[in-house]
Amino acid sequence: MHPALSILVFTVTSGFGYGLMTLLIVSQLLGGSPFDNPNAYLTALLLAFVLMSIGLLSSTFHLANPKNAWRAFSRFRTSWLSREGVLALLYYPIALAYVTALWLNDWQTTAAAYALGGLCVVLGFVLTHCTAMIYASLKTFPQWHTRLVPFGFSLFFVYSGVLAYALAVVADGGSPHAAVWISGCVLAFIGLLFKLSYFSFVGEPSKTTINTATTFTEATVRLFDTGHSAENFLQKEFVYVVGPKTKALARKITLALAFVLPLVLSALQLSRDSSSLSLAVFAVLCGYFGLLLERWLFFIEAKHVVRRFYGEQH
Amino acid sequence: MKLGLLIDLDTCVGCHGCATACKQWNTSGTIGPLSDSNPYGKDPDGAWLNRIRTYEVGDAPGSKTVHFPMSCLHCENADCVTVCPTGASYKREEDGIVLVDQDKCMGCNLCAWACPYGARELDRDQGVMKKCTLCVDRIYDQNLPEEERQPACVLTCPTSSRLFGDFDDPQSEVSIKARERGGRDLMPELGYEPTNKYLPPREKATVEMFEVDSSGDGFSLKGWVNKMIAR
Ligand code: SF4
Ligand code: SF4
Repeated sequence: MHPALSILVFTVTSGFGYGLMTLLIVSQLLGGSPFDNPNAYLTALLLAFVLMSIGLLSSTFHLANPKNAWRAFSRFRTSWLSREGVLALLYYPIALAYVTALWLNDWQTTAAAYALGGLCVVLGFVLTHCTAMIYASLKTFPQWHTRLVPFGFSLFFVYSGVLAYALAVVADGGSPHAAVWISGCVLAFIGLLFKLSYFSFVGEPSKTTINTATTFTEATVRLFDTGHSAENFLQKEFVYVVGPKTKALARKITLALAFVLPLVLSALQLSRDSSSLSLAVFAVLCGYFGLLLERWLFFIEAKHVVRRFYGEQH
Repeated sequence: MKLGLLIDLDTCVGCHGCATACKQWNTSGTIGPLSDSNPYGKDPDGAWLNRIRTYEVGDAPGSKTVHFPMSCLHCENADCVTVCPTGASYKREEDGIVLVDQDKCMGCNLCAWACPYGARELDRDQGVMKKCTLCVDRIYDQNLPEEERQPACVLTCPTSSRLFGDFDDPQSEVSIKARERGGRDLMPELGYEPTNKYLPPREKATVEMFEVDSSGDGFSLKGWVNKMIAR
């Protein structure tokens, strides 16, 4: 599958945005803001808004006809993409209402803040699920049509939130609760195991073969001619081939950048008296680019079944 | 009604006449134009609603060359419609034809991702999705003589390898032929339940093969020259 840069940036960046937002809300609801003053909390919330919005804007770049993008809110009863759009839009006023509720009550967590904040947290998870289901609902990609996909999206959503949240607190001069570093380590470890099991799942043969595609299930079938001399839309979009060596290398770098390094860095933070800003920055950078590479792999390892018609056996 | 095509893999000769007729009709039809890029260059590309690929089926000596025309199969469970966020893609109640409303499409490509058969192609110039309309702008046209109210590909096919009709009517020509010759579905395991059916090639006598003794003639000048030129 051809990896569109705008989609990669969108899913990862807005993942960090929604994740940060969620963690900021959860920490406030659980025990009050970890920040020295409300302004720092507000700045962190603003940052989350910016990340979310960069992601959402970038997602419109891959539309060939963006002037009709507003119509995408109309089919939320059937289309996961439409649901994602509707929820993403709904998220803003609710998050804004949450911030207003805090602000009006002198940054005390009132019942209204609990309700609105809780709603935001739930919405974040539902939204992430919708994004994941856009891919997981497609029967045409055996590598995507699995429950592993929504699980992974939710996992990475929380994980990137924890990394970004820790950085925000450290940047404000504070030290996050030990639970933050511990959850960073745990999530990184689960991420690592998850990715390893996904890599082995991706290698499994699919039941759609060149034989079921062409109806000749009792004979060997080989592509003789595509009927055109240059690559067409289908080949450009779906028959995007990356060599096995590059793929293997990308897998290793993904695991190291996205999970192993942040795990080690979080463990280091845990062993220190006060958290280090440079380590936190480094962890976020590793996590961000690691997850970006992870998303790239997610696309190039997904093989659309139309490739059977172009000669792929299974 | 369940309108669709019955395609005969026995008689198709792979002439691409249907694909060309399709392009010609539809580029000036309701969903036109079907834009091309670099049409006379070395890597021409463009939106086509019908493509013919060729396969070698079986192993020699019993192998067969099969030409395989494919356009939208107007599936019963058309996921391409379900995934469409804008409502541009829809399946008509009355005859089962799957269409794209060109005024609503935002060009997100998701429907092309959801189609297993490669039946949808983005028109990069227009920014919208193009697909087979079953010539909806021909088959109901009262101004055409009745025998011409058929898809352009069907009218064109020189070997009558494409038949158009109503699969809901058990007495229609397509239903009868599909029954008699065992019309098949492509990728049935995915559950899209395509309307279009494919007729398998008929059994043919196996070509008789003779052992040719190519070992022991010793040296021949002609053989040596042939070998050198082939290199
Ligand atoms: S062949 Fe593809 S485009 Fe046509 S109805 Fe089926 S899924 Fe949709
Ligand atoms: S490309 Fe157009 S028709 Fe296809 S899913 Fe997107 S909006 Fe719908």
